Amino acid sequence: MNRSQVIVSPRIRWFRFAAPQEFYPLAGILARWSAAVAVVLGVIGLVIGLLIAPTDFQQGDSYRIIFIHVPAAWMSMFIYVVMAFWAGFGLVFNTRLSSMMASALAPTGALMTFIALWTGALWGKPTWGTWWVWDARLTSELLLLFLYIGFMALQAATDDPRRADRAGAMIALVGVVNVPIIYFSVQWWNTLHQGSSVSLTRAPSMASIMLAGMLVMVFAFWAYAIAAAMHRVRSIILEREKSTEWVRSLSGTAS
Amino acid sequence: MNWASLSDFLAMGGYGLYVWGSYVVTAATLVWEVALLVQRRRRALQAVRDDVLIAGARHETAP
Repeated sequence: MNRSQVIVSPRIRWFRFAAPQEFYPLAGILARWSAAVAVVLGVIGLVIGLLIAPTDFQQGDSYRIIFIHVPAAWMSMFIYVVMAFWAGFGLVFNTRLSSMMASALAPTGALMTFIALWTGALWGKPTWGTWWVWDARLTSELLLLFLYIGFMALQAATDDPRRADRAGAMIALVGVVNVPIIYFSVQWWNTLHQGSSVSLTRAPSMASIMLAGMLVMVFAFWAYAIAAAMHRVRSIILEREKSTEWVRSLSGTAS
Repeated sequence: MNWASLSDFLAMGGYGLYVWGSYVVTAATLVWEVALLVQRRRRALQAVRDDVLIAGARHETAP
């Protein structure tokens, strides 16, 4: 045993997971476990949200849209920030896997944004009397959808994957300014959209069973997003590294 | 349990269209994404297998 092994061995060397062939099996484990967690939490969240939680005294049962609207809206912003982080990391440090991770997150982020907008429209109609208004919160969330679509379209239109990564990273990084705009829009501008019901600095303005259902659904969506991104990044790794020895050696035993 | 009957549950206090319109479309898009994920993985694995076959064929016919 040489000296460097003695020094390094007690710790897990996280940086080895920057190599696609090291990350590939780890991503598989993460995808499976996250998917299981997403299903369990999703069922619990739906039972609380649709069956147990009482009818709201102001909004009636239309408020039940919150159990998917808020988790999707939070994830749409959070995934964008994570995507921009990995895209920027790949741009600066030229690490292949970081850029693949950014590409793997984009479709799920776009889907979350679509769900947030769709459920928002269906909630807006009975509570505001309109499907859509061009106010700050809604418009900036729509812009987020276009940023995701722009990122994906640009990557799809560029043949060389490393050039696609760099071009996508530029969009992702420029667009990240939009995230705080979405988040704070209800404070900065007069908007039809209500302020946040949940905040770190004050007590939530919701009944605790409703809050519990919503938070369970947030974690369910979170776990789903991790599972989807990890599953997708495995496919991206295979697509981009298919001519390497380690991927070829997988093909006989691929699970 | 908040509901007296199934029809109560489905009616959602008169907001059934909005509530179920949200939940059903959300479920459909998630199922769609999962189907795309499975399809993409299958194609990626197939591409790897094709690559191995082509490489093997090239190796055999090499002078």
